[in-house]
Amino acid sequence: MESIVLLKQVPATESLVRIAADGISLNKDDVKWIINPYDEFAVEEALRIKEAHGGSVTIVSLGPEKAVEAIRTALAMGADKGVLINDSAAERYDSLNIARILAAAIKEVPFDLIIAGQRAVDNDNFQVGAATAEFLSIPHISMVIKQEIIDSKIRCHKTVEGGTVEIEAPIPVLFTTQRGLNEPRYASLPGIMKAKKKPIDIKTIADLGLDADQIGKPLTRIIALKPPPERKAGIMIEGESAQTKAAELVRILHEEEKVI
Amino acid sequence: MSQGVLTISEQLEGNFRKVTYEALSEGRRITDHLDCDLVAMVLGSEIEDVAKELGHYGADRIIVADNPQLYNYTTDAYTNVIADFITKETPNVVILGASTQGKDLSARLAARLNAPLAMDSLAVRFDEDNLIATRPMHGGKVMADVVLEGKPKMLAIRPNAMPIIKVEGTGSVEKMDVDIGTTSLKFIEKHLDTSKVELTEADIVISGGRGMGCPDFSLIEELAQLVEGAVGASRSAVDEGWRSSSDQVGQTGKVVSPNLYVACGISGAIQHLAGMSSSKIIVAINQDADAPIFSRADYGIEGDLFEILPLIIEEVRKLNK
Ligand SMILES: Cc1cc2nc3c(=O)[nH]c(=O)nc-3n(C[C@H](O)[C@H](O)[C@H](O)COP(=O)(O)OP(=O)(O)OC[C@H]3O[C@@H](n4cnc5c(N)ncnc54)[C@H](O)[C@@H]3O)c2cc1C
Ligand SMILES: Nc1ncnc2c1ncn2[C@@H]1O[C@H](COP(=O)(O)O)[C@@H](O)[C@H]1O
Repeated sequence: MESIVLLKQVPATESLVRIAADGISLNKDDVKWIINPYDEFAVEEALRIKEAHGGSVTIVSLGPEKAVEAIRTALAMGADKGVLINDSAAERYDSLNIARILAAAIKEVPFDLIIAGQRAVDNDNFQVGAATAEFLSIPHISMVIKQEIIDSKIRCHKTVEGGTVEIEAPIPVLFTTQRGLNEPRYASLPGIMKAKKKPIDIKTIADLGLDADQIGKPLTRIIALKPPPERKAGIMIEGESAQTKAAELVRILHEEEKVI
Repeated sequence: MSQGVLTISEQLEGNFRKVTYEALSEGRRITDHLDCDLVAMVLGSEIEDVAKELGHYGADRIIVADNPQLYNYTTDAYTNVIADFITKETPNVVILGASTQGKDLSARLAARLNAPLAMDSLAVRFDEDNLIATRPMHGGKVMADVVLEGKPKMLAIRPNAMPIIKVEGTGSVEKMDVDIGTTSLKFIEKHLDTSKVELTEADIVISGGRGMGCPDFSLIEELAQLVEGAVGASRSAVDEGWRSSSDQVGQTGKVVSPNLYVACGISGAIQHLAGMSSSKIIVAINQDADAPIFSRADYGIEGDLFEILPLIIEEVRKLNK
C-alpha cells in the first residue's frame, strides 16, 4: 500500500494570535511551529497501514523552507520520504491553488491512498483534502475515525452529527482524519537518527511543470483580520451560601438573559 | 436564475436540519438586497411533501432532486447532481450549512466548479458588488473578512450563528430530472443516536472537564437533559477516557456557539476557549478563583461543582414546574 500524507506546518495551538501591521496577516515572529494535529493523525494512520499491509509512506507538504522541520518529524515517526514544495508565494494561495499544486506533485508519485487532515488548524478551511481528490479524479471520504482495507477497497467509519456513517470506496482514494482515529506515536531517538538519512526532495512550482495559469488566481482573499468580539466583563456571583449563589445564577439566566 | 441565490438543504429522513432554515433566512436577506430569486434545492428520496415547507422560510422556487440513490448522503452522487444544476442555472451565490455534510459537500463542489468558498461563515455583507464573508480562523482566535471573487460565490454558514426568519409565502415545488452520473462511493450503513441533542446545534451546552474527576458525568447529563441541551467535554476529559471524542469542544474538537454554555471544572485553556468563546452567554463553575475561564465567562461561580450543580438542577426543576 503506497500512502501519501498531506502535511502542513502550522503555529502551535497554544500560540497567541497577533495581527500584523498590514491588517491582513498575522505576526508569526516568535511562534512555535508544529505539524497540524490532524495531519499527525494522518501520519500515524499511514504508518499503521504500512505495518499491516506493507508499502511506503511519503509526506508531501507545500510551504516555506522551515516546513522541512515538520517533514523531518514525520520521517522520525517512521515515514519513508518527504517532498517539500517550497514556494514563497504559498501564503497568498487559496485552498484551490494549494490543492492544484499538491495534485500536480502527487501525480509524480505512484499511490494507493492519500491521507489528509480534515482541516488545518491555522485557517480552518476544511477544503484542501476534498479539492486535491477532485483534481486527481479520485473519491474522498472525510472525518474518518476508523478504516479497514480489504483487497482493493477501503471501508471507512466517518463521524457525522450524532453518530457515524460507514462508507466504502475503491482504492485509490483520499480520506481525511478525525480525532479518535488513533493516538499518534512520538518520534523515538533511533527514529530521529534514522530520519536524518531519509530523503527529502525539495521542489519548486516550476519543477512540477506548473505555471501561474494552471495554479489559477486566488478566488478568496483576506481583506481584513480582526480580533474576535470582546466579551463584556464577567460577573462573579456572590452569596452567603452555595444555595443562594445557585439560585441567583438560575434567576439571572431565566429572568434577565432568558436563556433557560 | 443567473443572478439568484441557491441554498442546498440538508435533511435526514425527511426532517430538515436547523441550519437549512438558517441558510434560507440568510439567502432571503441576500436576495432582498440583490433583488433576485431564492431557490432551495432538496435532495433525497420521496421528499416532495416535506420540501414544500421551505416556502415558509423564503424560498421562491423549491427544486426537488428525488431519487432512491440520494436517500443517504454520499459525496459523489450529491456533488454530481448539484454541480449539474449549478452549471445549468448559474446562480450568483450558493449557501450551505457548514455541518459535517455541508463541509464535505461544499469543499468538493467548490473544486468541481472552480468557485470561491468561505467555510464556516458567521456573517455576510456586500460592499458595493463585493461579497464579503466573515469567518473565524485559528480556532476563532481571529476573524477574517474574506472577499469572494468568481462564480458562484459559495458560503458554508456555521450552524447556530445566523437567525431563522419565517415569512408568509409558499414557494413553487418543481421536480428536476436527476442524473446521478458516475459514482464510486458506496453507503454501507449509519449508526445514529437521534435521542441526543447534537452538540453543534444545541441551544444550550453543559460541559465537564478534568474537574469532574471521574467518568461519572451524571450531574452534567441531568442538567443538560432538563434544559434540553447537549453534553460537551474538554480534551482532558476525553483523554481520560471519560467521554467520547465526539463530545470534545475546542480547537481540535467541535466549535459550538449556543445561547448558553456552562463550563464545569474546566480551566479555560486557549484551545478550549477556541471552541466555545462565540457562545452568547458563558457560565463557569470552578473552585479556583484564578482559573482563566472566569475571564471569559459572563457569570462565574467559585465553588465545588459537586456542591453547586445539584443546587442548580434543583432550581431549574422549580422553574420547569
Ligand atoms: C494540540 C493541542 C490541541 C488541543 N485541543 C484541545 C481542544 O480541542 N479542547 C480542549 O478542551 N483542550 C484542548 N487541548 C488541551 C488544553 O490545552 C487543556 O489541556 C485542556 O483544555 C484542559 O482541560 P480541563 O480544563 O478539563 O483540565 P484542567 O486544565 O486540568 O482544569 C481542570 C479544572 O477543574 C477545576 N476543578 C477541579 N475540581 C473541581 C471541582 N470539584 N469543582 C470545580 N472545579 C474543579 C480546577 O480548578 C481546574 O481549573 C489541546 C492541547 C493541545 C496541545
Ligand atoms: N500547504 C499544504 N501542504 C500540504 N498539505 C496541506 C497544505 N494545506 C492543507 N493541506 C492538507 O489539507 C488538509 C486540510 O487543510 P485546509 O483545507 O487548509 O483546512 C490539511 O490537514 C493537510 O492535510
